[in-house]
Amino acid sequence: MIKRIKYIINVEVLGKLLLLIRSKLEKLRLKTKGKLKKSNIFGPPIISSAEMKNLMSQHYLKGMYTTKKVAWVTSGAPIEFLLALDYYLFYPENHAALCGARKLSTELIEDSEEGLYPQDICSYAKVNLGWILKNKDPISKLPKPDLILACTNICQTVLYWYQVLADIYKIPLIVIDTPFVYDTINNDQLMYVKRQLNDSIPIMEKVSGKGLSEKRLREVLSYSREAVALWLKILMTAKHRPSPISAFDTFIHMGPIVNLRGERRTVLYYQRLLSELEYRVKNNIGAIRNEEIRLLWDNLPIWFMLREISTFLAKMNTNIIAATFSYAWGELAHLIDENRPLDSISSIYSQVLLNRSPLSKFEVLKKLTKELEVDGIILHSNRSCKPYSLGQIDQRNCIVSELSLPAFLIEADQADSRDFNFNQANMRLEAFIEEIKERKWRSKAQ
Amino acid sequence: MEIKGSIGIDIGSTTFKVIVLDSTKRIVYSKIMPTETVIVKQVNDLFSKELLEFKREEYRIIATGYGKEIIKIADRRFTEITCHLRGIFEEFRRSCTIVDIGGQDSKVIKCNQNGELVDFIMNDKCSAGTGRFLENIALRFNINISELGEIARNANIAQPISSTCTVFAESEIISLLSQGIRADEILKGLHLSLVKRIKSMVKSIGLEPPLILSGGVSLNPAIRELLGRELGVEPLVSVHPQFTAAYGAALLGLKKGN
Repeated sequence: MIKRIKYIINVEVLGKLLLLIRSKLEKLRLKTKGKLKKSNIFGPPIISSAEMKNLMSQHYLKGMYTTKKVAWVTSGAPIEFLLALDYYLFYPENHAALCGARKLSTELIEDSEEGLYPQDICSYAKVNLGWILKNKDPISKLPKPDLILACTNICQTVLYWYQVLADIYKIPLIVIDTPFVYDTINNDQLMYVKRQLNDSIPIMEKVSGKGLSEKRLREVLSYSREAVALWLKILMTAKHRPSPISAFDTFIHMGPIVNLRGERRTVLYYQRLLSELEYRVKNNIGAIRNEEIRLLWDNLPIWFMLREISTFLAKMNTNIIAATFSYAWGELAHLIDENRPLDSISSIYSQVLLNRSPLSKFEVLKKLTKELEVDGIILHSNRSCKPYSLGQIDQRNCIVSELSLPAFLIEADQADSRDFNFNQANMRLEAFIEEIKERKWRSKAQ
Repeated sequence: MEIKGSIGIDIGSTTFKVIVLDSTKRIVYSKIMPTETVIVKQVNDLFSKELLEFKREEYRIIATGYGKEIIKIADRRFTEITCHLRGIFEEFRRSCTIVDIGGQDSKVIKCNQNGELVDFIMNDKCSAGTGRFLENIALRFNINISELGEIARNANIAQPISSTCTVFAESEIISLLSQGIRADEILKGLHLSLVKRIKSMVKSIGLEPPLILSGGVSLNPAIRELLGRELGVEPLVSVHPQFTAAYGAALLGLKKGN
């Protein structure tokens, strides 16, 4: 009861009010910034960012005081069952990304290494384990889990990482194993995943103390479908010249699709973001002031360098207009069908980008290159994410030979700043942009 | 107003190079000196003393190299890739593969018959593929860097070096010397290990002959010989290898639109 009262006071009353005021002030700041044209390289900021911050802050605040059962989940986990059972969901990967964007991740990584976790494992895992070992709260106090759900569709690391978590907290771990899709998914694979999902529902119900309502599951799934479809539309506004959005914006605005999909507020938020972007398209408002070069990004972002890289490129009139990483959260919208929840969930979560072959990933690159008319591709060879980085050298060669586009491989890490020296990489990046400009100049001259 | 010429400045991690061209692309001034700690002062001294005759309003200034951002008076800045390409193409006028082993990085640049960039690759993560590797070795053996290549070239065999890192290679050198292995054979082995790194870079973007060496390390005879042998081609060397980037920068200054 006391917990509930605390929740109402801190989240529903005080928290809501303070966050609302902060959001209004932030909106005002962004609007003024846009009107004053404070930056001569970036376009006016996206005003909806204030609302997105509010949404995410609310989510983290709720986590601090939640009275619900808490599930820690991997980013590609089939969370719709958990949401339908009224769990509070926490995504360690998103928390690690947030720590990275705020340049707080490397300290936690070093903490985990002090705890004898090896240097060569995923930096997201190390941020999370460092946080647990040292009990630090760089962003906010995080809720302890009652259940852990890991889906192997993004990598195998999560399997071991989440086993460690289950061992630390002595709580049930559900693993959904999704077979790798080399070509096209077959019925046996789908049945295998579906059976695991069926078997896991009683465990989720037992921990939550509630029974799964199919009606609620359908509702959650329909919100997921709407949010994913809207997200895809948001990303595709980048077709316009100048693109109203940058890949860096999408990395930030993907927070709700990762953390809050399946919720109505996410659908409403993306509707507003889309309408703002459509306004920008109509009025030719670009993410950067002078869009000369349009690039595509492959892999996760280098979270701790978002500002530095975007500014460096914008100064050269270059915008990374899209990323396969953001696109991965929108490309499967058509597979979601709330009228066939189990089949639909088995199918979508088995076919996420990281669970498909390098050839299939190359097809995505090809599709985006064509649809968004990009001038080149930057492939981030991400030390932490082996499944995403696998085959990138071949992909780079294919981009150059098959698509006749310049491609650039940048070696870094998603959250470990020790693995990236921008001063050394920027010369290559600059030469890459010079090469593209020269190509464009030549093709115009012909 | 018609410009009288162009000044190309290449501030590398080890050396500072300047070339002045007149409007007919003739070299009228050139200088190479070690890069000092306070580069701004070095640049100011240069312009206030030695380059006085080349008036600011009559000459375009193009900067390249790691220190290019420091040259505030530069009209434009280009990367070393673009400058090396321009410099080499002006000299050879053909499709080629350029290898530049610099103090801080190594570059392999592929150029087509029109002097356009086809592809490039750089080694910037590990010092074992750079000129710094040779500098460290010269220091370890107490040999002048200019003599290093000749000694290595004259050795009968190349002692295999297993370490792939400058720091660990040094430990290996000590271990080999303590086993009584000849210094020149160790030196040859070390040169070969550097050459093999460059070879894999060339192979990764594909060799478009001829292979043209640029940068100070191309003055090293052992590197030239071993690289030629490993890649099965006779490498060509620019007439002014250390000035290639500065020369290319100055040429870019003469180009209309820059």
